[in-house]
Amino acid sequence: MSTQDIILSSGTSRLSPAAQVRKKLSKVAKLFDATKCNGCKACQVSCSEWNDLRAPIGEFTGSYQNPADLSSECWTLMKFNEVTDEKDKLLRWQFTHTACMHCDDPACLTACSTKDAIVQHANGIVDFDSDKCIGCGYCVTACPFDVPKLDSVDQKAYKCTMCSDRLQVGQEPSCVKSCTTGALKFGTREDMLFIADMRIKQLHEKGFAKAGLYNPKGVGGTGMMMILHDIDDPQSYGLPADPKTSLSIKLWQDVVKPLGAAGIIATVAVACLHRITVGRNIVEEDEPAAFDHSHPSKSDKE
Amino acid sequence: MNRRQFFKLCASSTATSAISALGLLPGKAFAAVREFKLLRAKETRNNCCYCSVGCGLLMYSHGSNGKNAEKSIFHIEGDADHPVNRGSLCPKGAGLVDYVNSPNRNHFPEVREPGTNEWKRISWNEAFGRIARLMKDDRDANFIEKNSDGTTVNRWLSTGMMTSSAQPNEGAYITHKFARSLGLVAIDTIARN
Repeated sequence: MSTQDIILSSGTSRLSPAAQVRKKLSKVAKLFDATKCNGCKACQVSCSEWNDLRAPIGEFTGSYQNPADLSSECWTLMKFNEVTDEKDKLLRWQFTHTACMHCDDPACLTACSTKDAIVQHANGIVDFDSDKCIGCGYCVTACPFDVPKLDSVDQKAYKCTMCSDRLQVGQEPSCVKSCTTGALKFGTREDMLFIADMRIKQLHEKGFAKAGLYNPKGVGGTGMMMILHDIDDPQSYGLPADPKTSLSIKLWQDVVKPLGAAGIIATVAVACLHRITVGRNIVEEDEPAAFDHSHPSKSDKE
Repeated sequence: MNRRQFFKLCASSTATSAISALGLLPGKAFAAVREFKLLRAKETRNNCCYCSVGCGLLMYSHGSNGKNAEKSIFHIEGDADHPVNRGSLCPKGAGLVDYVNSPNRNHFPEVREPGTNEWKRISWNEAFGRIARLMKDDRDANFIEKNSDGTTVNRWLSTGMMTSSAQPNEGAYITHKFARSLGLVAIDTIARN
């Protein structure tokens, strides 16, 4: 990985882009097919195994979902959403492979004020650099999917990296490799969209008329797309209906901060200009003294 | 440098660094991707023994086979070349490395004798001797050579055998031959425990 593999970087303004990409890497994506998932949690286990994360054993919360939520020690979580079926009134599980969505327009990166603590690689992966993270938690509150979590020990934010260490050597993410049912797929975004399209057509033929692809436009599309049984009701999967970067973050990062920077530069520029054109304000020595300097210091040369 | 010049220098450098801190002078952003942890690790093929599916595994261990390096497994993932699982693993298989390195593993044979609730450590020789003795006694007492019609059946119904679930054909053949030659009828694998 080199500098040129970074296309977006936190804490920098749009006026001064972080880096230019010369290597045209194709964007990658993970495709989660909720209609194929059987909730076995192999993705969750292999994530913890590969990333050397061992979350402390939690407590029973009344659900098969365990742990209850993502944490700095749990980057992938199978959510066991319990839904009552409309037709037969029976309990049904809707599994959601919960991990970072790797948004094309990531809210966490926009919100982050620390330079390069959050970067987006040319392949679309949004990655945190814990060496640079200052633990402010802006990304935690900004993320519309509630993914990044602060660690209780070092107070830095952590989340799924889409196994960027595996991707750089040409391997698929650990979760995708382990998936036994083929509910998780990995490839270029183009390929994943194509596969999703075929699968959704198949689902429509099978009677799942509402099946569709969750690839929200509010965040510019995501690096993890999901095929859902009912695309009109993503909330039943624990997903926001219309995720986007909040207006206040956009205003702060894209308007207020550049304006502030421009203001400081303008002040300095005007000061310089004033110094060159008008010059210093010289106080005439022969004005009547308001105060009698009877013993002027010798070291004061002015 | 006099006092006034010193103040000017301080003020101008503060102003300069303030401007650069606003992100207007971006430095190099290095992608801090984690080092790929399997580089030069020893890769060993094996089978998962925790169910009858028998998924292929790649086990990665520290230690280059050098005489002085103790090998230890630190990562296990599915073997993509294995026809059974083609790289995938169930959660049990995906977490195998924690089984391998578990502090709760059995390291030696133990026996809990009838009527007690205590596990007693015994040697391997004692274990094999004890198992053989008990099997022989039970077989001598309960072996059925002929059924009521006088047909030779050679059954031993009072004992069953739990075998490994992940064996190649040859291993399965040997296991089967051993068990059947004793007259065992109840044979099952650890996949069902």
